[in-house]
Amino acid sequence: MQDISFEVKPNELFGIIGPDGAGKTTLFRILTTLLFPDQGAATVAGFDVVKDYKKIRNSVGYMPGKFSLYQDLTVEENLNFFATIFGTTIEENYDLIKDIYVQIEPFKDRRAGKLSGGMKQKLALSCALIHKPKVLFLDEPTTGVDPVSRKEFWEMLKRLQQKNITILVSTPYMDEAALCDRVALIQDGKILQIDTPKAIVKHYHKSIYNVRSANMYQLITSLKAYEHHHSVYPFGEFVHYTDKRSDFNPADLNAYLKSKNLSHIYIERTEATIEDTFMELAI
Amino acid sequence: MSKSKVIQVEGLTKMFGDFAAVNSITFEVEKGEIFGFLGANGAGKTTAIKMLIGISHPTSGKATVAGFDVYTQTEDIKKNIGYMSQKFALYDDLTVKENIIFFGGIYGLPRKIIKEKSDALIKELGLENVTNQLVGSLPLGWKQKLSFSVSLIHDPKIVFLDEPTGGVDPITRRQFWEMIYKAANQGTTVFVTTHYMDEAEYCDRVSIMVNGKIEALDTPKKLKEQFQAESMNDVFLELARG
Repeated sequence: MQDISFEVKPNELFGIIGPDGAGKTTLFRILTTLLFPDQGAATVAGFDVVKDYKKIRNSVGYMPGKFSLYQDLTVEENLNFFATIFGTTIEENYDLIKDIYVQIEPFKDRRAGKLSGGMKQKLALSCALIHKPKVLFLDEPTTGVDPVSRKEFWEMLKRLQQKNITILVSTPYMDEAALCDRVALIQDGKILQIDTPKAIVKHYHKSIYNVRSANMYQLITSLKAYEHHHSVYPFGEFVHYTDKRSDFNPADLNAYLKSKNLSHIYIERTEATIEDTFMELAI
Repeated sequence: MSKSKVIQVEGLTKMFGDFAAVNSITFEVEKGEIFGFLGANGAGKTTAIKMLIGISHPTSGKATVAGFDVYTQTEDIKKNIGYMSQKFALYDDLTVKENIIFFGGIYGLPRKIIKEKSDALIKELGLENVTNQLVGSLPLGWKQKLSFSVSLIHDPKIVFLDEPTGGVDPITRRQFWEMIYKAANQGTTVFVTTHYMDEAEYCDRVSIMVNGKIEALDTPKKLKEQFQAESMNDVFLELARG
């Protein structure tokens, strides 16, 4: 991580968006006082991450990317354990975890190691919330999780936000950026941009075109061989194409692709997404 | 058997006690097709794949992979397919070159061919400067691309990719898909699972498993029409949420 600066507002749902190896986990470990920074300063919930580390530990909840609860304690024992460590009880903060915990309560006597991935995730979140933290750190909570469970997880986060908890969440899924209030795009230890998802997309300065044809592979190779291309990225059923020229005319591209024996050519202007912006910044 | 059908599955079922992890699935995959095999966690995808690659014995039903029977010819299946997943890819404590030689050897390729393949592969991936580095020290994206190339080293008829791109940055993810297109264009059948719904759109056809059954199977375009959805993500949510 190099020279990172940012602020998160109270009750904000703040996303750290970037691929594996970008530095997301390192950042979270520093902010949760598990790792010393080499340089720079940071405060969480008003406390210094080095001097006031004990106070921070009482004020934040942290759900690491890797499942880190006790596998051979039951669901209920894990939750009790974390409540006790923070000098509280399940009953005292039950309201906060109720939504999530009711879904795993039928399995409260099952050992954590025997839970499915989705249930482990819910238990880990319950344990991270049991002491009513001011700030919640979630490190890639949805990696490897299917779209249905991902959607439910984000709905859960929105509800927590209503209960006055500030949430920092990291994810490699660009589409999840749109669900945050603000996001930091991060790659190779550097923040590429910080803004609302809408503003980030607005900053994209080039015109993007959806291009499609009968043979995807030939289309990609032909576009990449086109001397005027700026970027060529597969995007769902289309290829997102940008051109180097400011006076680009799609008809020229159409003629070029025809000359490459491509058929069923379709070219139309489209809007940039967070992912387009990320790739443009990351090059 | 029709020559262009490289996977034929009929009523394939796997029971664990009373629980049908895979419940009578039927489908076919054509040569050179990119076939997306989707489903929620726990829907039965992995169990189905294990039967197709010859490491799990079906309870009932029929299936042939690359022309070989999943009950009686599992060794022939293994020789004719490639496999890559995020959980099992390459050996972190072997170098790039050692991994290639190891997997070439496993598939019984002669030394001379391994050398040729290894050189070509390293050049194509631009790994010339890291051939003697441990794979564990490479960025995830490089590892995944190398792993895919290695899974193709014995020119398999079919390659099975189990969530190959999880956590990879968006640019590398696309480079990875370009490699998939290239392999398919050369006639290799690609059988792929993913949780990225934009990647589902890259597939020629997509099946969606729900609770052990295939609930939908068609081109992404037709699935979107069928479910009156704007994206494969919406199709998936519609189906898998029940």
